[in-house]
Amino acid sequence: MLNRNVRIALTGTAVAVALAGCAGSMTPGPSDAEARAKALELMKAGFNEKGIAKMDRLTQDETQALCSQYAGGAIPKDVAAKIEQANMAAIKPPSDGKYLGDWKRGEQIAQRGTGFQYSDTKDTPVGGNCYACHQLTKEEISYGTIGPSLYNFGKIRGFTPEMQQYAWGKVWNTQAYSACSFMPRFGHAGVLTEAQVKDVVALLMDPSSPVNK
Amino acid sequence: MGKRILGAAVTALATSLAVPLAFGQADPAKEIEKYRQALVDGNPAELWEARGEDLWKKPAGPKSASLEKCDLGLGPGVVKGAYAKLPRFFADADRVMDLETRLVHCKMTLQGLTFAEATKQPFGAGNERKSDNDALVAFITAESKGVKMDVPLAHPKEKESYALGEKIFYFRGGPYDFSCATCHATDNTRIRLQDLPNLTKQAGAQLAYTTWPAYRVSQGELRTFQWRLNDCFRQQRFPELQFTSDASIALTAFLARNANGAEFKAPTIKR
Repeated sequence: MLNRNVRIALTGTAVAVALAGCAGSMTPGPSDAEARAKALELMKAGFNEKGIAKMDRLTQDETQALCSQYAGGAIPKDVAAKIEQANMAAIKPPSDGKYLGDWKRGEQIAQRGTGFQYSDTKDTPVGGNCYACHQLTKEEISYGTIGPSLYNFGKIRGFTPEMQQYAWGKVWNTQAYSACSFMPRFGHAGVLTEAQVKDVVALLMDPSSPVNK
Repeated sequence: MGKRILGAAVTALATSLAVPLAFGQADPAKEIEKYRQALVDGNPAELWEARGEDLWKKPAGPKSASLEKCDLGLGPGVVKGAYAKLPRFFADADRVMDLETRLVHCKMTLQGLTFAEATKQPFGAGNERKSDNDALVAFITAESKGVKMDVPLAHPKEKESYALGEKIFYFRGGPYDFSCATCHATDNTRIRLQDLPNLTKQAGAQLAYTTWPAYRVSQGELRTFQWRLNDCFRQQRFPELQFTSDASIALTAFLARNANGAEFKAPTIKR
């Protein structure tokens, strides 16, 4: 139902985009909106549920649909603002008001890349895999560069309550701050639990964390 | 026997690589390149290629026919250079097909296998399970080594397939919001220490596409392009991509066409 509404909304926007001459394809073919609808059909027919990965993973929420639509080009400012507002409104603060958990557990979560793949089970420990994309500590030299370096995250920005809240929001739902960021919305999507998000925030914001050494 | 010797050689080389890396005295990228160069002459993929050639020539199936009359796009039985022009539209099937889909088609039409039989065990699992598909793909792709990629985009269905493949590439979904583009649409990035090609640009697509299939040292297995896509989607937290689905072909068409103009180099050897 939601998916259908999104698709209708998408079609309208896509026509506007095509008229504006922004259909980014390298070669002539079907129109942008037709191609997107047909591609989704192809994917629904071309994937099988396997283990914990069910077919509903191909059902996009509005953020995913808009970010797919504008991928490969610039996102219009009003669309970006709409995405950020909706995701900001969806951020859930910690139930006890405390943002920092245990940075040592946070480090384990940052190192771990498993969880939610069809090769995992419901019981596979879930990680945030932060090091896949970010530098975090001096000790870990095997880090990726898709995201910015987070080394000295708290030290640079200050160990203030405002920064704790910001770090919480970035880990919980990064698209509240940066529409169509490549980063998963760890808390929002239920990938990490509230306790795990606290541990990751502690890794970033605890003065004794190796991130801030 | 030959296999064991090759295996030992691979292990020895892998160990010799580990030493300079451990001391951190050399540029890792250069050391990895040296390692790749050292392995080029003894690529275990040759074992898959040899088995694939036998499978190509051997009568099989209810019709007891070989695949030697299979038309990979350049006429029945023409293997040389065929992979560099795939995926493409095949009038007899009224469909755009990549190599692996075309092989399934030939097993069904020439050998009389059912779709289920022809798609059984698409991927091997090291010493536990061998896949005929892996071997046939190794043989056929090796026959395009040194040939320039020249994937056609003339037929309306080829254009459609390419356009849909591009949309699939940018489709964000699943609990992690990932798409292919999350990792493969930016220049000069890496995951952990693994460099990522930007597949939306010709140079990146050329670099990546022309080096698959590959013998993966860490898996002891030859990995085809269908496998590569399948495993990307696993890590994207998507459901499982069906072997030879139109979605898989469209995405392959998008990536293969973007690699046009580059010399095909596979089967290669990768970590």
